[in-house]
Amino acid sequence: MRRKKGKLRELHKEGFSRRDFLKGASMAVSTGLLATQEAGAATPETEPGVLGPGAVPITLEINGKPHSLKVEPRVTLLDALRNRLDLTGAKKVCDRGVCGACTVILDGRPVYACNLLAIEAEGHHIVTIEGLSTEGKLHPVMTAFVNHDAQQCGFCTPGFVVACKAFLDKHPDPTREDVERGLGGNLCRCGTYAGVREAVLEAAKTLKGGRANG
Amino acid sequence: MEAFEYARPTTNEEVVKLLTGAKGGAQVLAGGTDILSLMKDGVARPARLVSLQHVKELRGITFHPGTGLRLGATATFEELLENPDVRKHYPALAQAAEGVSSPQVRNTGTVAGDLCQRPRCWYYRAGFGLLAIYNGKPLVPDGDNRYHAILGNSGPAYFVSPSSLAPILVALNAKVKLHGPQGARELPVQDFFLTPKNDQEIEHALQPGEIVTEILVPAPGDVKMAVYEVRQKEALDWPLAAAAVVLNLEGDTVKKVRVVLGHVAPVPWPSPEAEEALTGKSVSEDAAWEAGKAALSKATPLSKNVYKVQLARVAVKRAILRAAKGEA
Repeated sequence: MRRKKGKLRELHKEGFSRRDFLKGASMAVSTGLLATQEAGAATPETEPGVLGPGAVPITLEINGKPHSLKVEPRVTLLDALRNRLDLTGAKKVCDRGVCGACTVILDGRPVYACNLLAIEAEGHHIVTIEGLSTEGKLHPVMTAFVNHDAQQCGFCTPGFVVACKAFLDKHPDPTREDVERGLGGNLCRCGTYAGVREAVLEAAKTLKGGRANG
Repeated sequence: MEAFEYARPTTNEEVVKLLTGAKGGAQVLAGGTDILSLMKDGVARPARLVSLQHVKELRGITFHPGTGLRLGATATFEELLENPDVRKHYPALAQAAEGVSSPQVRNTGTVAGDLCQRPRCWYYRAGFGLLAIYNGKPLVPDGDNRYHAILGNSGPAYFVSPSSLAPILVALNAKVKLHGPQGARELPVQDFFLTPKNDQEIEHALQPGEIVTEILVPAPGDVKMAVYEVRQKEALDWPLAAAAVVLNLEGDTVKKVRVVLGHVAPVPWPSPEAEEALTGKSVSEDAAWEAGKAALSKATPLSKNVYKVQLARVAVKRAILRAAKGEA
Protein backbone atom coordinates (compact mmCIF):
# COMPACT_ATOMS: atom_id res chain seq x y z
CA MET A 1 0.00 0.00 0.00
CA ARG A 2 2.74 2.39 0.98
CA ARG A 3 4.71 1.66 -2.16
CA LYS A 4 1.63 2.06 -4.30
CA LYS A 5 0.82 5.38 -2.71
CA GLY A 6 4.37 6.57 -3.32
CA LYS A 7 4.12 5.57 -6.94
CA LEU A 8 0.83 7.39 -7.40
CA ARG A 9 2.27 10.51 -5.90
CA GLU A 10 5.27 10.23 -8.19
CA LEU A 11 3.03 9.88 -11.23
CA HIS A 12 1.03 12.92 -10.21
CA LYS A 13 4.13 15.04 -9.86
CA GLU A 14 4.51 17.48 -12.69
CA GLY A 15 8.14 16.55 -13.12
CA PHE A 16 7.29 13.13 -14.49
CA SER A 17 8.59 13.42 -18.04
CA ARG A 18 7.11 12.01 -21.20
CA ARG A 19 10.32 10.06 -21.80
CA ASP A 20 10.05 8.41 -18.36
CA PHE A 21 6.44 7.63 -19.05
CA LEU A 22 7.19 6.02 -22.41
CA LYS A 23 9.99 3.97 -20.88
CA GLY A 24 7.69 2.71 -18.13
CA ALA A 25 4.84 2.05 -20.54
CA SER A 26 6.94 0.01 -22.98
CA MET A 27 8.34 -2.07 -20.13
CA ALA A 28 4.83 -2.75 -18.88
CA VAL A 29 3.71 -3.75 -22.36
CA SER A 30 6.57 -6.16 -22.98
CA THR A 31 6.31 -7.91 -19.60
CA GLY A 32 2.54 -8.08 -20.05
CA LEU A 33 2.93 -9.80 -23.39
CA LEU A 34 5.30 -12.43 -22.01
CA ALA A 35 3.04 -13.19 -19.09
CA THR A 36 -0.09 -13.64 -21.15
CA GLN A 37 1.58 -15.74 -23.82
CA GLU A 38 2.60 -18.17 -21.12
CA ALA A 39 -0.81 -18.11 -19.53
CA GLY A 40 -2.46 -18.56 -22.93
CA ALA A 41 -0.42 -21.69 -23.59
CA ALA A 42 -1.25 -23.24 -20.22
CA THR A 43 -4.98 -22.52 -20.16
CA PRO A 44 -6.88 -22.86 -23.41
CA GLU A 45 -10.39 -21.40 -23.68
CA THR A 46 -12.38 -23.07 -20.90
CA GLU A 47 -15.80 -21.49 -21.18
CA PRO A 48 -17.71 -21.05 -24.42
CA GLY A 49 -17.90 -17.46 -25.60
CA VAL A 50 -15.02 -16.30 -23.39
CA LEU A 51 -12.03 -14.78 -25.20
CA GLY A 52 -8.54 -13.95 -23.96
CA PRO A 53 -6.75 -12.94 -21.84
CA GLY A 54 -4.27 -13.82 -24.60
CA ALA A 55 -4.32 -12.22 -28.05
CA VAL A 56 -7.50 -12.66 -30.06
CA PRO A 57 -7.81 -12.21 -33.85
CA ILE A 58 -10.03 -9.24 -34.77
CA THR A 59 -10.83 -7.26 -37.89
CA LEU A 60 -11.31 -3.49 -37.72
CA GLU A 61 -12.78 -1.42 -40.52
CA ILE A 62 -10.81 1.79 -40.54
CA ASN A 63 -11.24 4.55 -43.11
CA GLY A 64 -13.08 2.11 -45.35
CA LYS A 65 -10.41 -0.60 -45.27
CA PRO A 66 -10.40 -3.85 -43.24
CA HIS A 67 -7.41 -4.45 -40.97
CA SER A 68 -6.86 -7.89 -39.42
CA LEU A 69 -4.75 -8.09 -36.28
CA LYS A 70 -4.39 -10.00 -33.03
CA VAL A 71 -4.89 -8.08 -29.80
CA GLU A 72 -5.44 -8.92 -26.17
CA PRO A 73 -8.92 -7.86 -24.99
CA ARG A 74 -7.31 -5.16 -22.81
CA VAL A 75 -5.91 -3.25 -25.81
CA THR A 76 -7.81 -0.02 -26.42
CA LEU A 77 -8.76 1.08 -29.91
CA LEU A 78 -6.33 3.99 -29.48
CA ASP A 79 -3.39 1.68 -28.69
CA ALA A 80 -4.33 -0.63 -31.57
CA LEU A 81 -4.41 2.34 -33.98
CA ARG A 82 -1.15 3.86 -32.79
CA ASN A 83 0.98 0.85 -31.84
CA ARG A 84 -0.24 -1.81 -34.24
CA LEU A 85 -1.59 -0.07 -37.32
CA ASP A 86 0.74 2.94 -37.45
CA LEU A 87 -2.20 5.34 -37.46
CA THR A 88 -0.68 7.81 -35.03
CA GLY A 89 -2.91 10.80 -35.79
CA ALA A 90 -5.15 10.12 -32.80
CA LYS A 91 -3.09 11.19 -29.78
CA LYS A 92 -2.74 9.56 -26.39
CA VAL A 93 -2.87 12.36 -23.83
CA CYS A 94 -5.04 11.76 -20.76
CA ASP A 95 -5.94 8.14 -21.65
CA ARG A 96 -8.97 8.52 -19.34
CA GLY A 97 -11.72 9.76 -21.67
CA VAL A 98 -11.47 13.42 -20.75
CA CYS A 99 -9.26 15.44 -23.10
CA GLY A 100 -10.50 14.39 -26.56
CA ALA A 101 -7.07 14.16 -28.24
CA CYS A 102 -7.85 10.57 -29.28
CA THR A 103 -11.25 11.36 -30.87
CA VAL A 104 -12.27 9.10 -33.76
CA ILE A 105 -15.61 8.70 -35.51
CA LEU A 106 -17.45 5.43 -34.86
CA ASP A 107 -20.52 4.82 -37.05
CA GLY A 108 -20.78 8.56 -37.68
CA ARG A 109 -20.43 9.62 -34.04
CA PRO A 110 -17.36 11.03 -32.28
CA VAL A 111 -15.99 8.82 -29.48
CA TYR A 112 -12.85 8.63 -27.35
CA ALA A 113 -10.62 5.85 -28.79
CA CYS A 114 -8.84 5.55 -25.41
CA ASN A 115 -12.08 4.55 -23.74
CA LEU A 116 -13.08 1.86 -26.18
CA LEU A 117 -11.56 -1.61 -26.37
CA ALA A 118 -10.32 -2.51 -29.85
CA ILE A 119 -12.26 -5.75 -29.61
CA GLU A 120 -15.46 -3.75 -28.99
CA ALA A 121 -14.88 -1.72 -32.16
CA GLU A 122 -15.22 -4.81 -34.34
CA GLY A 123 -18.15 -4.56 -36.74
CA HIS A 124 -18.23 -0.76 -36.64
CA HIS A 125 -17.10 1.83 -39.19
CA ILE A 126 -14.14 3.76 -37.82
CA VAL A 127 -12.89 7.03 -39.31
CA THR A 128 -9.64 8.53 -38.03
CA ILE A 129 -7.94 11.83 -38.83
CA GLU A 130 -5.96 9.97 -41.51
CA GLY A 131 -9.25 9.23 -43.29
CA LEU A 132 -10.30 12.87 -43.56
CA SER A 133 -7.81 14.09 -46.14
CA THR A 134 -7.78 12.30 -49.45
CA GLU A 135 -4.96 12.35 -52.01
CA GLY A 136 -3.01 14.91 -50.05
CA LYS A 137 -5.86 17.42 -50.09
CA LEU A 138 -6.81 18.96 -46.77
CA HIS A 139 -10.33 18.52 -45.45
CA PRO A 140 -12.20 21.86 -45.27
CA VAL A 141 -12.05 21.69 -41.45
CA MET A 142 -8.24 21.38 -41.67
CA THR A 143 -8.00 24.29 -44.10
CA ALA A 144 -10.12 26.39 -41.75
CA PHE A 145 -7.84 25.45 -38.82
CA VAL A 146 -4.86 26.74 -40.81
CA ASN A 147 -6.68 29.92 -41.84
CA HIS A 148 -7.67 30.75 -38.25
CA ASP A 149 -4.46 29.66 -36.53
CA ALA A 150 -6.51 27.17 -34.52
CA GLN A 151 -3.51 25.31 -33.17
CA GLN A 152 -0.45 26.07 -31.13
CA CYS A 153 1.52 23.08 -29.85
CA GLY A 154 -0.72 20.92 -32.02
CA PHE A 155 -1.16 17.97 -29.70
CA CYS A 156 -4.93 18.36 -29.33
CA THR A 157 -5.40 19.34 -32.98
CA PRO A 158 -6.14 15.96 -34.64
CA GLY A 159 -8.76 15.18 -31.98
CA PHE A 160 -10.26 18.64 -32.37
CA VAL A 161 -10.39 18.36 -36.18
CA VAL A 162 -12.14 14.98 -35.99
CA ALA A 163 -14.58 16.27 -33.33
CA CYS A 164 -15.30 19.37 -35.46
CA LYS A 165 -15.90 17.23 -38.55
CA ALA A 166 -18.34 15.01 -36.64
CA PHE A 167 -20.01 18.09 -35.16
CA LEU A 168 -20.52 19.66 -38.60
CA ASP A 169 -21.91 16.41 -40.00
CA LYS A 170 -24.64 16.66 -37.37
CA HIS A 171 -25.01 20.46 -37.30
CA PRO A 172 -24.33 21.68 -40.86
CA ASP A 173 -25.59 25.19 -40.05
CA PRO A 174 -24.41 25.91 -36.51
CA THR A 175 -24.69 29.13 -34.51
CA ARG A 176 -21.70 30.31 -32.48
CA GLU A 177 -23.49 29.05 -29.36
CA ASP A 178 -23.98 25.59 -30.94
CA VAL A 179 -20.25 25.48 -31.65
CA GLU A 180 -19.35 26.42 -28.08
CA ARG A 181 -21.67 23.75 -26.70
CA GLY A 182 -20.84 21.12 -29.30
CA LEU A 183 -17.10 20.90 -28.65
CA GLY A 184 -17.24 20.33 -24.90
CA GLY A 185 -15.44 17.01 -25.26
CA ASN A 186 -12.05 18.41 -26.31
CA LEU A 187 -9.49 20.32 -24.29
CA CYS A 188 -6.66 22.58 -25.50
CA ARG A 189 -4.14 23.65 -22.89
CA CYS A 190 -2.65 26.30 -25.19
CA GLY A 191 -6.06 27.97 -25.26
CA THR A 192 -6.76 28.01 -29.00
CA TYR A 193 -10.52 27.77 -28.47
CA ALA A 194 -11.28 31.13 -30.09
CA GLY A 195 -9.48 30.07 -33.28
CA VAL A 196 -11.16 26.66 -33.27
CA ARG A 197 -14.62 28.25 -33.05
CA GLU A 198 -13.88 30.59 -35.97
CA ALA A 199 -12.52 27.64 -37.95
CA VAL A 200 -15.67 25.59 -37.40
CA LEU A 201 -17.91 28.47 -38.51
CA GLU A 202 -15.80 28.97 -41.64
CA ALA A 203 -15.71 25.23 -42.40
CA ALA A 204 -19.50 25.12 -42.08
CA LYS A 205 -19.74 27.75 -44.83
CA THR A 206 -17.17 26.02 -47.05
CA LEU A 207 -18.87 22.64 -46.70
CA LYS A 208 -22.25 24.13 -47.58
CA GLY A 209 -20.69 25.75 -50.60
CA GLY A 210 -20.02 22.28 -52.00
CA ARG A 211 -16.23 22.50 -51.89
CA ALA A 212 -15.96 19.57 -49.53
CA ASN A 213 -13.80 16.61 -50.27
CA GLY A 214 -14.56 14.46 -47.24
CA MET B 1 -4.42 -2.21 -17.45
CA GLU B 2 -4.06 -5.82 -16.33
CA ALA B 3 -5.05 -8.64 -18.68
CA PHE B 4 -8.59 -9.98 -18.50
CA GLU B 5 -10.99 -12.31 -20.27
CA TYR B 6 -13.67 -10.85 -22.47
CA ALA B 7 -17.11 -12.18 -23.34
CA ARG B 8 -19.85 -10.81 -25.57
CA PRO B 9 -23.12 -12.56 -24.74
CA THR B 10 -26.44 -11.83 -26.46
CA THR B 11 -29.03 -12.32 -23.68
CA ASN B 12 -29.51 -11.18 -20.08
CA GLU B 13 -29.38 -14.80 -18.89
CA GLU B 14 -25.99 -15.31 -20.53
CA VAL B 15 -24.70 -12.06 -19.04
CA VAL B 16 -25.63 -13.18 -15.53
CA LYS B 17 -24.08 -16.62 -16.07
CA LEU B 18 -20.83 -15.12 -17.37
CA LEU B 19 -20.71 -12.64 -14.48
CA THR B 20 -21.12 -15.30 -11.81
CA GLY B 21 -18.90 -17.89 -13.50
CA ALA B 22 -15.66 -15.91 -13.51
CA LYS B 23 -12.86 -16.77 -11.11
CA GLY B 24 -11.34 -13.58 -9.77
CA GLY B 25 -14.41 -11.43 -10.32
CA ALA B 26 -16.19 -10.07 -13.37
CA GLN B 27 -17.45 -6.64 -14.29
CA VAL B 28 -19.97 -5.39 -16.80
CA LEU B 29 -18.67 -3.44 -19.80
CA ALA B 30 -21.27 -1.08 -21.29
CA GLY B 31 -19.98 2.28 -22.53
CA GLY B 32 -16.65 1.74 -20.79
CA THR B 33 -16.41 5.39 -19.70
CA ASP B 34 -15.91 4.55 -16.05
CA ILE B 35 -14.82 0.92 -15.79
CA LEU B 36 -11.88 1.23 -18.21
CA SER B 37 -10.55 4.29 -16.37
CA LEU B 38 -10.86 2.48 -13.04
CA MET B 39 -8.99 -0.49 -14.50
CA LYS B 40 -6.22 1.67 -15.94
CA ASP B 41 -5.79 3.19 -12.49
CA GLY B 42 -5.74 -0.26 -10.87
CA VAL B 43 -8.78 0.61 -8.73
CA ALA B 44 -10.83 -2.15 -10.40
CA ARG B 45 -9.10 -5.41 -11.33
CA PRO B 46 -11.72 -7.77 -12.76
CA ALA B 47 -10.55 -11.07 -14.24
CA ARG B 48 -13.33 -10.86 -16.83
CA LEU B 49 -15.30 -8.15 -18.61
CA VAL B 50 -18.75 -9.05 -19.87
CA SER B 51 -19.72 -6.80 -22.75
CA LEU B 52 -23.35 -5.73 -23.13
CA GLN B 53 -22.87 -4.47 -26.68
CA HIS B 54 -24.64 -7.41 -28.33
CA VAL B 55 -27.51 -7.82 -25.87
CA LYS B 56 -30.48 -6.52 -27.87
CA GLU B 57 -33.00 -6.73 -25.00
CA LEU B 58 -31.00 -4.11 -23.08
CA ARG B 59 -31.28 -1.48 -25.80
CA GLY B 60 -33.72 1.19 -26.82
CA ILE B 61 -36.06 3.88 -25.51
CA THR B 62 -39.84 3.47 -25.75
CA PHE B 63 -42.69 5.69 -24.58
CA HIS B 64 -46.38 4.96 -24.09
CA PRO B 65 -48.66 7.76 -22.84
CA GLY B 66 -50.37 5.34 -20.43
CA THR B 67 -47.42 3.56 -18.89
CA GLY B 68 -44.56 5.97 -19.35
CA LEU B 69 -40.98 5.64 -20.45
CA ARG B 70 -38.73 2.59 -20.68
CA LEU B 71 -35.02 3.24 -20.95
CA GLY B 72 -33.01 0.18 -21.91
CA ALA B 73 -29.87 -0.11 -19.78
CA THR B 74 -27.53 0.50 -22.70
CA ALA B 75 -29.42 3.45 -24.21
CA THR B 76 -26.86 6.24 -24.48
CA PHE B 77 -27.07 9.83 -23.24
CA GLU B 78 -27.19 10.96 -26.85
CA GLU B 79 -30.14 8.65 -27.62
CA LEU B 80 -31.91 10.12 -24.61
CA LEU B 81 -31.17 13.64 -25.80
CA GLU B 82 -32.30 12.95 -29.38
CA ASN B 83 -35.52 11.15 -28.42
CA PRO B 84 -38.56 13.36 -29.29
CA ASP B 85 -40.78 11.71 -26.61
CA VAL B 86 -38.16 12.35 -23.94
CA ARG B 87 -37.77 15.99 -25.02
CA LYS B 88 -41.54 16.50 -25.08
CA HIS B 89 -42.71 14.59 -22.00
CA TYR B 90 -39.58 14.54 -19.81
CA PRO B 91 -37.65 17.71 -20.71
CA ALA B 92 -35.72 17.53 -17.42
CA LEU B 93 -34.24 14.16 -18.38
CA ALA B 94 -32.94 15.75 -21.59
CA GLN B 95 -31.55 18.66 -19.55
CA ALA B 96 -29.71 16.19 -17.30
CA ALA B 97 -28.30 14.36 -20.34
CA GLU B 98 -27.21 17.68 -21.85
CA GLY B 99 -25.25 18.38 -18.68
CA VAL B 100 -22.86 15.63 -19.75
CA SER B 101 -21.24 18.20 -21.97
CA SER B 102 -18.90 15.96 -24.00
CA PRO B 103 -20.48 14.56 -27.20
CA GLN B 104 -17.93 11.75 -27.07
CA VAL B 105 -19.10 10.65 -23.62
CA ARG B 106 -22.77 11.10 -24.55
CA ASN B 107 -22.25 8.80 -27.56
CA THR B 108 -20.87 5.91 -25.52
CA GLY B 109 -22.02 6.53 -21.93
CA THR B 110 -25.18 4.60 -21.06
CA VAL B 111 -28.09 5.43 -18.77
CA ALA B 112 -27.46 2.41 -16.54
CA GLY B 113 -23.75 3.25 -16.55
CA ASP B 114 -24.67 6.70 -15.27
CA LEU B 115 -26.40 5.10 -12.27
CA CYS B 116 -23.67 2.49 -11.69
CA GLN B 117 -20.57 4.69 -12.19
CA ARG B 118 -18.39 4.75 -9.10
CA PRO B 119 -17.93 7.98 -7.11
CA ARG B 120 -15.46 10.54 -8.43
CA CYS B 121 -13.88 11.04 -4.96
CA TRP B 122 -10.18 11.50 -5.67
CA TYR B 123 -9.12 9.43 -2.67
CA TYR B 124 -11.16 6.52 -3.99
CA ARG B 125 -9.74 7.02 -7.50
CA ALA B 126 -6.21 7.08 -6.10
CA GLY B 127 -6.61 3.67 -4.47
CA PHE B 128 -7.59 4.53 -0.88
CA GLY B 129 -10.93 2.71 -1.04
CA LEU B 130 -14.49 3.99 -1.20
CA LEU B 131 -14.34 5.25 2.39
CA ALA B 132 -10.83 6.69 1.96
CA ILE B 133 -9.39 5.19 5.12
CA TYR B 134 -5.63 5.10 5.59
CA ASN B 135 -3.93 3.63 8.70
CA GLY B 136 -7.38 3.39 10.30
CA LYS B 137 -8.04 7.10 9.83
CA PRO B 138 -10.56 8.65 7.40
CA LEU B 139 -8.71 10.96 5.01
CA VAL B 140 -11.61 13.16 3.89
CA PRO B 141 -12.56 15.18 7.03
CA ASP B 142 -9.04 16.65 7.41
CA GLY B 143 -8.08 16.37 3.76
CA ASP B 144 -8.97 18.07 0.51
CA ASN B 145 -12.74 17.72 0.73
CA ARG B 146 -13.73 20.59 -1.54
CA TYR B 147 -15.89 18.35 -3.75
CA HIS B 148 -17.26 16.08 -1.03
CA ALA B 149 -20.63 15.77 0.66
CA ILE B 150 -22.41 18.53 2.58
CA LEU B 151 -25.42 16.42 3.54
CA GLY B 152 -25.62 12.83 4.81
CA ASN B 153 -21.92 13.07 5.62
CA SER B 154 -21.73 11.96 9.24
CA GLY B 155 -19.34 9.22 8.02
CA PRO B 156 -17.83 6.88 7.19
CA ALA B 157 -18.95 7.84 3.63
CA TYR B 158 -18.11 11.35 2.46
CA PHE B 159 -18.18 10.98 -1.34
CA VAL B 160 -21.03 12.36 -3.44
CA SER B 161 -23.25 10.36 -5.75
CA PRO B 162 -21.92 11.18 -9.24
CA SER B 163 -25.04 10.31 -11.27
CA SER B 164 -26.46 12.95 -13.61
CA LEU B 165 -29.80 11.22 -14.12
CA ALA B 166 -30.52 9.93 -10.60
CA PRO B 167 -31.92 13.17 -9.06
CA ILE B 168 -34.57 13.65 -11.74
CA LEU B 169 -35.33 9.90 -11.90
CA VAL B 170 -35.94 9.91 -8.13
CA ALA B 171 -38.09 13.04 -8.43
CA LEU B 172 -40.17 11.28 -11.13
CA ASN B 173 -40.59 8.13 -8.95
CA ALA B 174 -38.74 6.02 -11.50
CA LYS B 175 -37.91 2.38 -10.92
CA VAL B 176 -34.89 0.39 -11.87
CA LYS B 177 -35.25 -3.19 -13.10
CA LEU B 178 -32.49 -5.63 -12.19
CA HIS B 179 -31.65 -9.13 -13.36
CA GLY B 180 -29.48 -11.55 -11.42
CA PRO B 181 -28.91 -15.19 -10.54
CA GLN B 182 -32.23 -15.16 -8.62
CA GLY B 183 -34.14 -13.68 -11.56
CA ALA B 184 -35.60 -10.21 -12.08
CA ARG B 185 -36.59 -7.63 -9.48
CA GLU B 186 -37.62 -3.99 -9.36
CA LEU B 187 -36.54 -1.22 -7.03
CA PRO B 188 -37.42 2.47 -6.76
CA VAL B 189 -34.36 4.38 -8.06
CA GLN B 190 -34.12 5.97 -4.61
CA ASP B 191 -33.60 2.55 -3.01
CA PHE B 192 -30.97 1.59 -5.59
CA PHE B 193 -28.59 4.05 -3.93
CA LEU B 194 -27.16 3.24 -0.50
CA THR B 195 -24.77 4.92 1.88
CA PRO B 196 -22.13 2.33 2.82
CA LYS B 197 -21.70 1.94 6.56
CA ASN B 198 -18.46 -0.07 6.40
CA ASP B 199 -15.83 -1.08 3.87
CA GLN B 200 -17.72 -4.26 2.98
CA GLU B 201 -20.62 -2.27 1.54
CA ILE B 202 -20.91 -0.32 -1.71
CA GLU B 203 -23.02 2.63 -2.80
CA HIS B 204 -25.70 0.74 -4.71
CA ALA B 205 -28.00 -2.25 -4.26
CA LEU B 206 -26.59 -4.51 -7.00
CA GLN B 207 -25.96 -8.04 -5.72
CA PRO B 208 -23.11 -10.17 -7.15
CA GLY B 209 -23.92 -11.16 -10.72
CA GLU B 210 -26.79 -8.69 -10.95
CA ILE B 211 -27.19 -6.08 -13.69
CA VAL B 212 -29.49 -3.14 -14.37
CA THR B 213 -31.70 -4.05 -17.34
CA GLU B 214 -34.17 -1.16 -17.56
CA ILE B 215 -35.17 2.14 -16.04
CA LEU B 216 -38.95 2.65 -15.91
CA VAL B 217 -40.30 6.18 -15.55
CA PRO B 218 -44.04 6.58 -14.88
CA ALA B 219 -46.21 8.70 -17.19
CA PRO B 220 -45.50 12.26 -16.08
CA GLY B 221 -49.11 13.52 -15.85
CA ASP B 222 -49.72 17.24 -15.71
CA VAL B 223 -46.41 18.38 -14.22
CA LYS B 224 -43.58 20.75 -14.99
CA MET B 225 -40.01 19.65 -14.44
CA ALA B 226 -36.44 20.87 -14.63
CA VAL B 227 -32.86 20.11 -13.69
CA TYR B 228 -30.33 22.81 -12.86
CA GLU B 229 -26.64 22.01 -12.44
CA VAL B 230 -24.05 24.39 -11.03
CA ARG B 231 -20.68 23.63 -12.59
CA GLN B 232 -17.20 25.06 -12.68
CA LYS B 233 -16.65 24.94 -16.44
CA GLU B 234 -18.49 24.34 -19.69
CA ALA B 235 -16.36 21.40 -20.80
CA LEU B 236 -16.89 17.91 -19.44
CA ASP B 237 -17.02 17.88 -15.66
CA TRP B 238 -19.29 16.71 -12.89
CA PRO B 239 -21.54 19.38 -11.37
CA LEU B 240 -20.65 20.90 -8.01
CA ALA B 241 -24.32 20.84 -7.05
CA ALA B 242 -27.53 20.00 -8.88
CA ALA B 243 -31.24 19.99 -8.25
CA ALA B 244 -34.17 18.24 -9.93
CA VAL B 245 -37.69 19.59 -9.49
CA VAL B 246 -41.10 18.19 -10.49
CA LEU B 247 -43.90 20.72 -10.00
CA ASN B 248 -47.61 20.08 -9.83
CA LEU B 249 -49.35 23.42 -10.16
CA GLU B 250 -52.96 24.45 -9.65
CA GLY B 251 -53.17 27.78 -11.39
CA ASP B 252 -50.17 29.60 -9.92
CA THR B 253 -50.18 27.66 -6.69
CA VAL B 254 -47.88 24.73 -6.00
CA LYS B 255 -50.13 21.77 -5.19
CA LYS B 256 -47.30 19.26 -4.93
CA VAL B 257 -43.57 19.38 -5.57
CA ARG B 258 -40.61 16.99 -5.53
CA VAL B 259 -37.14 18.40 -4.96
CA VAL B 260 -34.10 16.10 -5.19
CA LEU B 261 -30.52 17.33 -4.91
CA GLY B 262 -27.52 15.77 -6.60
CA HIS B 263 -23.76 15.87 -5.93
CA VAL B 264 -24.29 16.97 -2.32
CA ALA B 265 -24.55 13.60 -0.52
CA PRO B 266 -23.50 9.95 -0.98
CA VAL B 267 -26.98 9.31 -2.43
CA PRO B 268 -29.45 11.43 -4.45
CA TRP B 269 -30.88 13.66 -1.71
CA PRO B 270 -34.66 14.28 -1.59
CA SER B 271 -35.54 17.43 0.31
CA PRO B 272 -38.85 17.29 2.19
CA GLU B 273 -37.81 20.64 3.72
CA ALA B 274 -37.79 22.37 0.33
CA GLU B 275 -41.02 20.63 -0.67
CA GLU B 276 -42.75 21.84 2.49
CA ALA B 277 -41.45 25.38 2.04
CA LEU B 278 -42.86 25.60 -1.50
CA THR B 279 -46.16 23.71 -1.20
CA GLY B 280 -49.18 26.00 -1.15
CA LYS B 281 -47.14 29.01 -2.36
CA SER B 282 -47.22 30.60 -5.77
CA VAL B 283 -43.91 30.28 -7.60
CA SER B 284 -41.81 33.43 -7.34
CA GLU B 285 -38.14 34.20 -7.03
CA ASP B 286 -38.59 34.70 -3.27
CA ALA B 287 -40.53 31.48 -2.75
CA ALA B 288 -37.94 29.53 -4.78
CA TRP B 289 -35.12 31.07 -2.76
CA GLU B 290 -36.86 30.17 0.53
CA ALA B 291 -37.16 26.57 -0.73
CA GLY B 292 -33.46 26.60 -1.60
CA LYS B 293 -32.58 27.81 1.89
CA ALA B 294 -34.86 25.19 3.46
CA ALA B 295 -33.23 22.43 1.38
CA LEU B 296 -29.84 23.23 2.88
CA SER B 297 -31.03 24.08 6.40
CA LYS B 298 -29.54 20.84 7.75
CA ALA B 299 -26.30 21.00 5.74
CA THR B 300 -23.12 20.00 7.56
CA PRO B 301 -20.31 21.16 5.27
CA LEU B 302 -16.75 19.92 5.77
CA SER B 303 -13.65 22.09 6.21
CA LYS B 304 -13.23 23.05 2.54
CA ASN B 305 -16.71 22.82 1.01
CA VAL B 306 -18.84 25.42 2.76
CA TYR B 307 -19.17 27.12 -0.65
CA LYS B 308 -21.21 24.16 -1.91
CA VAL B 309 -24.06 25.05 0.47
CA GLN B 310 -24.72 28.30 -1.39
CA LEU B 311 -24.33 26.60 -4.80
CA ALA B 312 -26.88 23.96 -3.82
CA ARG B 313 -29.35 26.63 -2.61
CA VAL B 314 -29.00 28.38 -5.95
CA ALA B 315 -29.42 25.08 -7.84
CA VAL B 316 -32.74 24.46 -6.05
CA LYS B 317 -33.95 28.01 -6.66
CA ARG B 318 -33.06 27.99 -10.35
CA ALA B 319 -34.47 24.48 -10.93
CA ILE B 320 -37.81 25.60 -9.45
CA LEU B 321 -37.92 28.75 -11.59
CA ARG B 322 -36.83 26.84 -14.69
CA ALA B 323 -39.53 24.20 -14.11
CA ALA B 324 -42.23 26.83 -13.58
CA LYS B 325 -41.27 28.58 -16.80
CA GLY B 326 -41.58 25.24 -18.57
CA GLU B 327 -38.57 25.89 -20.80
CA ALA B 328 -37.07 22.86 -22.48
